[in-house]
Amino acid sequence: MNRATHPHCTAGVRRCDVLIIGAGPAGMAAALAAAPSGAAIVLVDDNPAPGGQIWRDGPGAHLPPLARAQRERLAGAANVRVLCGTRVVSLADAPAAGTAPALLLEDGASGWTQHCASLILCTGARELLLPFPGWTLPGVTGAGGLQALIKAGMPVRGQRIVIAGSGPLLLAAAHTARQAGAQVLRVAEQARWRQLAGFGLQLPRWPAKAAQALALLQPGLRAASHVLEAQGAGQVQSVRLSRGAGHEVLACDRLACGFGLVPHTHLGQMLGCALGARQGLAVDALQATTVPGVWAAGECTGFGGSEKALAEGAMAGHAAVGDAAAAQALAGERARWQGFADALHRHFALSPQLRHLPRPDTLVCRCEDVSHAALQARSGWIDAKLHTRCGMGPCQGRVCGAAAQFLYGWTPAPGRHLLAPARIATLAGYGNDESTA
Amino acid sequence: MTATVTLYIDGQALAVPAGASVAAALAGAPGGCTRLSVGGERRAPFCGMGICHECRVTIDGRRQLACQTVCLGGMRVTTGVHAA
Repeated sequence: MNRATHPHCTAGVRRCDVLIIGAGPAGMAAALAAAPSGAAIVLVDDNPAPGGQIWRDGPGAHLPPLARAQRERLAGAANVRVLCGTRVVSLADAPAAGTAPALLLEDGASGWTQHCASLILCTGARELLLPFPGWTLPGVTGAGGLQALIKAGMPVRGQRIVIAGSGPLLLAAAHTARQAGAQVLRVAEQARWRQLAGFGLQLPRWPAKAAQALALLQPGLRAASHVLEAQGAGQVQSVRLSRGAGHEVLACDRLACGFGLVPHTHLGQMLGCALGARQGLAVDALQATTVPGVWAAGECTGFGGSEKALAEGAMAGHAAVGDAAAAQALAGERARWQGFADALHRHFALSPQLRHLPRPDTLVCRCEDVSHAALQARSGWIDAKLHTRCGMGPCQGRVCGAAAQFLYGWTPAPGRHLLAPARIATLAGYGNDESTA
Repeated sequence: MTATVTLYIDGQALAVPAGASVAAALAGAPGGCTRLSVGGERRAPFCGMGICHECRVTIDGRRQLACQTVCLGGMRVTTGVHAA
């Protein structure tokens, strides 16, 4: 292939001082903290606009003032380049001494190798999506998924929506759906009232969170209730929920189920970063990971919300440009929100009953259509991959890996080569960097 | 009144609010699906945030995630639902 004339073969090498992966609250805070140093900063996100999930913009979004302010500050920082619609495809060549690992990036037009002196991972979290009968029907989404789609302009006015699963995101999704004119019939939280009350009693420690929780509370909320089955022909038409010893059936147009959040550690693990106690990437007192030159901040170090992400992101940004004192000054703020995160983990622990949601024929791997029965016969994640193709489709186990961990106690191995499907031109350009200097 | 753009989903014109994602357009359209699974089931946008790849479709000739693509006027989206 003639690389000089092919329009997509503009692969090359780019360099910056600080590379930040993920432009949610943590990544934005990191960029803004590092910016006054004058460093050349590149902030990368695979979504069309910065904000991450919580500050996702779109025709159906109502951005809070803080999100708008952060975006305006970023736009005004001449030394910060925000690259949206850009994803990390893979690791690139081994770094020179004293620099962070290089990454292979790709946007809509081209791919390139990005070198940097410091790398900050703000890769966020994804929803824990657990399989139950009917979960592959159109109209069934994640809870955060429903919220993201509404923010992105999906019309739901007048629709009957049921939200189920666990965690504060259920209430936030219900709020977004109501604001968009939907009728939220039920919010089914699997945790028991006693767990929820325990969480509520802790909330005055974080007054802003207590106010937020009160504003989100609603009559349709039920505790100790979980999804049993989505039913419908070609589209979800009703949902069966457990309720005490019995169950209830609700006719609905959409069902949104999420069971909490899973830190996105894939890229960090590929880089060799160790995991910490909170399911996320391990970080030290200044957000440094176990790999030299690599920091991590926000949900990828363990989920805990945007306030924790903002504090950690700013710390990492200061630390990455060598301002340890400014980073250290945020330790109290970080500890305060880590306390909130720990309370969340304690009070929304998942009931072991949820392991019995799938039937033998329920698909667990949605990419390769692998059933619960096929997986129950396997001895572990690698065995399942080899024999059933579980986790080997386009999502690379991002959905079924976490589900398999919960259902079967397996530890999904992180990917070794590619993080995302990539264009051949991006991969072909890699290693031929000298031709496009 | 909000501005709209018109795109074509499997040849059918659909007007959506400016700035909407292709996944929002697909999931909001009646019967809006994105692909047929390995076993032949109809699938639709699911995670909404670029994780699950259920919303992969062909947009102006390129396979892309609908949830991470903003609708543009005249865009041609081909789902996998009518594939042979």
